[in-house]
Amino acid sequence: MEILKIEKISLNLEGRQILKDLNLSVEANTIHSILGANAAGKSSLAYVLMGCFDYISRSGRIYFMGEDITTYPLQKRAKMGLTLAWQEPARFEGLTVKDYIAVGMKKKEEVLIEESLRYVLLEPKDYLERVVDKTLSGGERKRIELAAVFAMKPKLAILDEPDSGIDILALDKIVNIIKELKKQGNTVLLITHRDEVSEVADKTSLMCSGFIVKEGKPKEVGKYFKEKCVPCPTRIFPTEEEKEKLEDQNARL
Amino acid sequence: MQDYKNMLDAYTQAGGTSEIFKDSNIAHLVVHKNKVIGSHLVKGLILEPQETANGVDIKLTVEKGIKIENPVHLCFGVLPKEGIQEINIKAKIEDGAEIKLLAHCVFPNAIKVVHKMSADIEVGNNAFFEYTEVHFHGSTGGAEVIAKAKMRVGKNSRLITNFSLLKGRVGILEIDYDSEIQDNSILEMTAKVYGYGDDKIKIRETGRLIGKSSRGLIKSRVAVKENAQSEVISEINATAPEARGHVDCIEVVQGNALARAIPIVNVTNEFAQVTHEAAIGRVDKKQIETLMARGLEQEEAIDLVIRGMLR
Repeated sequence: MEILKIEKISLNLEGRQILKDLNLSVEANTIHSILGANAAGKSSLAYVLMGCFDYISRSGRIYFMGEDITTYPLQKRAKMGLTLAWQEPARFEGLTVKDYIAVGMKKKEEVLIEESLRYVLLEPKDYLERVVDKTLSGGERKRIELAAVFAMKPKLAILDEPDSGIDILALDKIVNIIKELKKQGNTVLLITHRDEVSEVADKTSLMCSGFIVKEGKPKEVGKYFKEKCVPCPTRIFPTEEEKEKLEDQNARL
Repeated sequence: MQDYKNMLDAYTQAGGTSEIFKDSNIAHLVVHKNKVIGSHLVKGLILEPQETANGVDIKLTVEKGIKIENPVHLCFGVLPKEGIQEINIKAKIEDGAEIKLLAHCVFPNAIKVVHKMSADIEVGNNAFFEYTEVHFHGSTGGAEVIAKAKMRVGKNSRLITNFSLLKGRVGILEIDYDSEIQDNSILEMTAKVYGYGDDKIKIRETGRLIGKSSRGLIKSRVAVKENAQSEVISEINATAPEARGHVDCIEVVQGNALARAIPIVNVTNEFAQVTHEAAIGRVDKKQIETLMARGLEQEEAIDLVIRGMLR
């Protein structure tokens, strides 16, 4: 069953085209990764899906669980079961980890908050009363963000680069956390620029310059990404000719 | 008796626990308008209230080397809609003494209530003094609070002040705290206020780091919305070698509110250093989006961010 369907979404920011006629389909209870180099438009896609303030698509449609949510505001999408774990999570002066995780929970029970912290391998007694501010390291903050998503039990969790800023030794743990989300019955849209992390997915879409250039099994797409893709020299949207060339190239592969 | 009960009710509304007034190990003083309606002392604490025409003069002494184990609770209030209360405090924390004062100031029905507090505080050497003042003003915005304090701190000591006015309307608030800090001593001043309606907030806090290796932090967190106005002047003067200070001021503005932050940093010794950060603005967009992505409405998200900041 398709939980998310995107049809021809485009996004312009300050006169620059970030997404153009992007199509994507995500099956329920799967891990679907969006793989791509920096500046491919992956985070922008996440913000458009979440309905963030400045990321309003002027064309195309977004369907979530069969319902057209294109014009829905952010909080309405969240209430339907869509959420986002930010690549660089915000910090909140005075807000404890316990209160932060509880925000999205229907039943705000401490035992469930503790469970969500254990799930991201943080000891509850060491973290519940800590404040979600600059006293937490970047890695701790990212895990707490994942704990908050886990506690919310969303239908679809968009994880924007959960692996960035995490040391290489902790990557396995992040991958296990993502797998656990799926086990719990959630669907995960995983955004990453690491092909090895993308392999946790059931399906991968390769994104380049604002559109999907290739889709398929994670290993195959990852191999293509590793061997064929070159970092974008600048954030310039490809011409129609370049886009056709890329699509031909992908079709041949 | 009824005033005492009503004061304790208001004290509870302000966030206090009235049980402490029954605890013989905890000293307290309850003042309604210009009447002392309850008091209890503990060993080593000298607390001498003197009723005056419009308030109470209080002489507080903690004798040399005495450490008051539990915070001393003060409750000042005016329960009628109109009234004036002038509290003058002369406090002396002698060498090696330690005390924490927790004052609740309650004006739950204020239409035209003026509360003036003037304090002269002397903290000796190797001493510790913490003064926390929590206000509760009700919803009418008819309170006017003018609080002034002069504080002198000796060597190797610590002075902490915390002021918060987060429940009810502010009305008019003017704070002017000034402190002098000697060698190796530490100053921490924090003020947190949430203003709305047509509240007017003026906070001036000054730390004078006159002793070698003295330390000072002046921190303020103010949120204003609707037509409220705030002005925060945070000043640190470092005139001694190895003095270190920091001013940290954040003000959040919503609606038609107006906020000014004026950090003043004066350094006249080449081996001293003072830093400052001041920010005024709306609540960070990313913070709001993050909370809304968990299902909060925009107003709920803003409120949670501000409540956290003022916690």
